[in-house]
Amino acid sequence: MNNTWVALLPILICLITIIGCLISWPWPFLQKIVHIAGACFFMMATCTVFYAVSSSNYLVVSIGNYPPPFGIAVVIDHLSALMLLLTGIIAMSVAFYALVDIPARKQAYFFPIFWVLVLGICGAFSTGDLFNLYVWFEVMLIASFVLMVMGNSRAQLEGTIKYVALNLVATILLLVAIALLYGITGSLNMAALAAQIHQLPEDHFLWVVILILALAFAIKSALFPLYFWLPASYHTTSVSASAIFAGMLTKVGVYALLRLFTLIYIPEINGAILSLLLFSSGMSMLTGVLGAASQFNFRRILSFHIISQVGYIVAGLAIFKPAAFIAAIFYMVHHIIVKTNLFLVSGVVKKMKGSFNLKRLGNLYSTEPYLAILFFIPAFSLAGLPPFSGFWAKLLILQAALANQHLILLVAALTASFLTLYSMLKIWGHAFWRAKGADDSRPSLAFSEKAILIIPILFLITMTLLISIFPNLLYQEAKLAMNQLVNPQDYIQAVLGVA
Amino acid sequence: MALFSCFVIGTLFTISIYLLLSPNLLRWLLGIALLSSSVNLLILIAGRMVSEVPPFIERGYLKPIQQVANPLPQALILTAIVIGFGLLVFALILVRKIWQRTGNVDSYLLHSSEVGSNKAKQFYE
Repeated sequence: MNNTWVALLPILICLITIIGCLISWPWPFLQKIVHIAGACFFMMATCTVFYAVSSSNYLVVSIGNYPPPFGIAVVIDHLSALMLLLTGIIAMSVAFYALVDIPARKQAYFFPIFWVLVLGICGAFSTGDLFNLYVWFEVMLIASFVLMVMGNSRAQLEGTIKYVALNLVATILLLVAIALLYGITGSLNMAALAAQIHQLPEDHFLWVVILILALAFAIKSALFPLYFWLPASYHTTSVSASAIFAGMLTKVGVYALLRLFTLIYIPEINGAILSLLLFSSGMSMLTGVLGAASQFNFRRILSFHIISQVGYIVAGLAIFKPAAFIAAIFYMVHHIIVKTNLFLVSGVVKKMKGSFNLKRLGNLYSTEPYLAILFFIPAFSLAGLPPFSGFWAKLLILQAALANQHLILLVAALTASFLTLYSMLKIWGHAFWRAKGADDSRPSLAFSEKAILIIPILFLITMTLLISIFPNLLYQEAKLAMNQLVNPQDYIQAVLGVA
Repeated sequence: MALFSCFVIGTLFTISIYLLLSPNLLRWLLGIALLSSSVNLLILIAGRMVSEVPPFIERGYLKPIQQVANPLPQALILTAIVIGFGLLVFALILVRKIWQRTGNVDSYLLHSSEVGSNKAKQFYE
């Protein structure tokens, strides 16, 4: 296989873009060109990886040519390729959006750190080694700290300290689990762990390690009751940063949970922890939307909805049947696109009307009708209205829950859907539909600025509509990913070369 | 020796979690510092301390002659120290900025972006 090197292409493009943005720091125009070129090449790289994986099911690259149990391996299977493709789509959209959204004097700082964040996300999706996963999580984390606090306003400082506090603890918990896992098994390569799990001596305490790992990833994914950092911080930062956080950061945690529970699979241990996850995801669904019900800040409502929707995805994981996995992957893809889109729309509303506070907004349907459509499609896709992508995603989750007799989960999911609809209607009614009297006259945006803000939103809406009208495409891709997840022996075979 | 080290690490974890729960941000910072160091010790113990001979291979040989210290935990700890150091420095500067902006380091007073606070008004503007 002489084209497996494409697996490294996304990481390489990110690195080159970071270096390019840093070198062109004194020349803002050049930096913008490097940034946009990087975004386009990155998108092409992730498409190339996706195409390469669709023909050869696993792409394995041993870094430094050290063979896998000893060296770090980059392993891309269908799930990783799908997530990388999504990273490419989101990174390109937010990269374009940030050209106008970030004030010119801050762009020199924003662009390099943005690409460090994307680098961390790509690395986390590509790696086949647990400690390497920790390192990429850290890269992502430090970049997110910097992006979150950029601007140094009081709200940002507060949001960042809360974000830092809980995510640092998650990170250190992950390291504790890795230390213990290394002590038990002697290896940190995911495939080697999966192979070794069944040959451990009888008195091992692996369930503690898996629980700590699940806890660390659950904090990252913002599951109940560990999610309180998310609504405290996501609404304080700049719009581009919050858009990419909302789309990608929690999903890296969910991806790690998927990998953990499918590779390190011991029925009696995982069964207990999965029922805990099931409870946690059901409570996330409900408490997320209930938290949103009392908010009047546009982005804060959306942040609470992240929690609720991640509850749906992890419910798909916790049911632990093939149909449920397909539902979880489908939901993850749908949600990434829709959530980022909603945050971008909220940024446009802020630029045009000057506020995120729903009580001060209004009349957008008559002043900017296209914006109403741009909000309508992702918002009601999130709420699960047919024929949008959210309907298919929720249908799959509900079918999986019903088929496996999780009736309480079913009721929770339906209730959460109705409350999501309520929240979206609240935003629609306050910001778009109602005719408010005098609005504060703001300098309107130039046409080119509006275009640069709207084009990424249109791109993401096209993706949502594609999934809505042709759900089977995504379903088949999710099915391929699921087939690989439920057969860890193929993964072990591909990485270690032995059965 | 390993058992004693485990108790020490457990005690350090206890102290750092106690510090992490403090409303004073400087104590929280010390808790983070201590927690990072304790986890590094945990990695060292998990790698089994069997020897203190540095893991080098003598000239002309293909393997180490005698029992050497396990090099993998050393690599993991180095990475973890560097990462922890970077995060700690960031958290320190953040706490300093909060102190400069608000005049105190009490985390109970950091609520101006929350709903229902009488300071919430100035955020929503």
